[in-house]
Amino acid sequence: MGNSVQEPEDQKVVQQGAPDVFPNGGLTARVWKFLVKYNTVVIFLVMFLIAGWASDAFFTEKNVFNLLRQVAGLGIISMGMLLVILTGGIDLAVGSNVAVGSVLSAYLLGYMPLPAALVVAVLVCVLLGAASGYLVAGRNMAPFVATLALMTIARGLAFIISKGSPIISTSQDLNDFGSAYWLNIPLPVFLMLVVSALVFITLHYTVFGRLVIAIGSNEAAVRLAGIRTAYYKFAVYCIAGGLAAVAGIVSTSRTGVGSPIVGMGFELDAIAAVVIGGGSLSGGRGTALNTLLGVFILGMIGNIMNLMNVASYPQQIIKGLIIIAAVLLQEEMRKRK
Amino acid sequence: MNAPPAAEMRNINKSFGGVHALRDVSFDLRAGEVHALVGENGAGKSTLMRILAGACQKDAGVIRIQGRPVEIRHPSVARKLGIGIINQEFALAPDLSVAENIFLGDLSDGKGWISRQRLCRKAEALIRSVGFDIDPRLQVRDLSVAHQQVVEICKALSENLSVLILDEPTAVLSSRDVESLFETLAVLKQKGVAICYISHRLEEVFRIADRITVAKDGRIVGSVSPRETTPDAVISLMIGRSLTSMYPVRDYSGGPEVLRVQGLTCAGKVRNASFRVRSGEVLGIAGLVGSGRTELVRAIFGADPKDSGEIFLQGRPVRMRCPRDAIRHGLGLLPEDRKEHGVLLGLSVRQNLTLSNLKSVANRIGFLEVRKEKRIAGNLIGRLGIKVGSPEQAVSELSGGNQQKVALARWFHADCRAVILDEPTRGVDVGARMEIYRLIDELARKGLALIVISSDLLEIIGMCDRVMVMSQGRVAGFLEKSELSEENIMRLAMAGASRLTN
Repeated sequence: MGNSVQEPEDQKVVQQGAPDVFPNGGLTARVWKFLVKYNTVVIFLVMFLIAGWASDAFFTEKNVFNLLRQVAGLGIISMGMLLVILTGGIDLAVGSNVAVGSVLSAYLLGYMPLPAALVVAVLVCVLLGAASGYLVAGRNMAPFVATLALMTIARGLAFIISKGSPIISTSQDLNDFGSAYWLNIPLPVFLMLVVSALVFITLHYTVFGRLVIAIGSNEAAVRLAGIRTAYYKFAVYCIAGGLAAVAGIVSTSRTGVGSPIVGMGFELDAIAAVVIGGGSLSGGRGTALNTLLGVFILGMIGNIMNLMNVASYPQQIIKGLIIIAAVLLQEEMRKRK
Repeated sequence: MNAPPAAEMRNINKSFGGVHALRDVSFDLRAGEVHALVGENGAGKSTLMRILAGACQKDAGVIRIQGRPVEIRHPSVARKLGIGIINQEFALAPDLSVAENIFLGDLSDGKGWISRQRLCRKAEALIRSVGFDIDPRLQVRDLSVAHQQVVEICKALSENLSVLILDEPTAVLSSRDVESLFETLAVLKQKGVAICYISHRLEEVFRIADRITVAKDGRIVGSVSPRETTPDAVISLMIGRSLTSMYPVRDYSGGPEVLRVQGLTCAGKVRNASFRVRSGEVLGIAGLVGSGRTELVRAIFGADPKDSGEIFLQGRPVRMRCPRDAIRHGLGLLPEDRKEHGVLLGLSVRQNLTLSNLKSVANRIGFLEVRKEKRIAGNLIGRLGIKVGSPEQAVSELSGGNQQKVALARWFHADCRAVILDEPTRGVDVGARMEIYRLIDELARKGLALIVISSDLLEIIGMCDRVMVMSQGRVAGFLEKSELSEENIMRLAMAGASRLTN
């Protein structure tokens, strides 16, 4: 075990440690690697081209903005879902929270000025998220179960507040917001982009974001590094609840009514958006940009089919197939790494 | 006695990666005997028996069962040949009944249906045959550990059982349960079953074994009869390597106390442990796997709850209920299982390095100063000699030694007064090992108090200024630097709680 024996072993480690950028070198290998690495972008572009080829109407400004407006709500809740999924959790209650936010904002307009109504609506959903967060982080309940419970509770709440029927929004300001533009961009779309940018910044440049990712990557190790993991897990459910309320308010402003049935199944679309964007349900992997692309991809599927007059049922099948394709591609990516 | 042995292994070789786990090992088991296999952790005992049970494959060598050469490619083949194995960790389905567990591999009545009555009748007969009375309808979850082990044994008993392997069967049992296990083994022995008994507890081995074989570093170094030898002689067979110059020269001469633990107890794991570490000192904790070393330090660090006991840092009592408390008080822990608890495999080296002290690379409102983080990461990589292509590389792409250095670097970055290292060089190649020893030495020279847990006795002797030996959850004794030898450590480690006056 003298020094001379160890030298070569050290060298070997260096070679293993150095990143091998293009192990196969060939052009096809490189192209393939690129496709696999940016699979979300690739799927997005392919869909984009198919859309343009399939219908002349797709690339019109009207249609594109229409599409963006349609996905604005989903985009906002997907960002909350991304944070939850990054910690290794899941939030099934976001769809119901959208309904609570939507109904509550319209309902409260009868009792208080617009800004107060919106703040209260968001706060209530933050509290609903906090309930999930407490069960998951404080009581170690499985996220699926905890948020499943909150999902039905929140939906029930939305029905009770609205007595089962839509509430008409009495605020012209709120109704204007849904159809207003700023710099030629519809305001709800603008809101979605702002939320996405905030989540992007949080994940890239803040301690909070770093720890959210770290917890999903290896919670036990993060705890042993001296970090209160429960605090962060709790926080992401609160954020997801609050963002769902924002999406609910956007819905109210677009349609002019607070509806207790809005947002049904949104939680699944949001999960799909995160997964298509390369997020891992076991946590630690996923980005805001890719999730946003996932949202656009989901939106485009519906949009193209509508332009092509395809019935809504086949849309569902194609949506499912695209999710499978995206996840298989990501699996391929990991294997090649 | 001219009949061929029940099982015979000749010139078995086995490598894992570059590590030669077994070299030309020959071993046999005769019908109706208890053959004990002893040796230090990593001597190759379990590997040898896993090969016989089909759980892993030999690279070279011959296995004969009742004189007939066989290839045991799968555990099911071993079962057909009448070889049963009981591992240290039970492999039971806790929600199924006793009967269902016993016949898990053969539940069907031949037509694809399960007859609970038939299973229970068969199970009851089997349990009776080894001298126990357990209701086969009970859920395994509700059984005592000893009865769970009976279920394991019954699982291994097939109609043609001829060889039974027990790997550390008493590690989880209380002394009363050990007695009933021995009674069971006596019954099986009478039936002519060949029993291979792997254990660290020499007293037990001397009680029940007809033959004792000692493994060391992947070879068989001797086979003795318990009637003609003593435990001490067996211990010296198990050890006896020479020290090398791998270790830095320590010149510790005493310093003020940093950490003191008094009467720490965790039910079932650690009993009344007390010790102290001084500034600049490297305290080793030795003991067999399962002796409570890891549990002790995890409890100190607040990673697991403790039942009683006090901890003092620089003379002041402190409460450490979670790792966060411990780190705030200046304590660091390098966990035993690097991949499970040490590093974040999916994140980059940079992100791993700053995890314990993110505050130092963030501004007041929680935004990371990435440039500062990069600088600190670069410094640590240089200082610890971590071999990476770039700080942005994922930790999963590094070698084991470099991963360990990343985990260790965290405590260079965080301000620590004491660091606990649990098996710091497990799965680490020789070159990186020496560097880790150098880093431990460097930390100690800076005045930190260090605790090193290791199963590698040479490492303990080479690195530590003082050693605490644990045995069955208790502190079995302390050894000063001058008293450090493998014999002394092993004697304390093997001693039951009754023999701790040393």
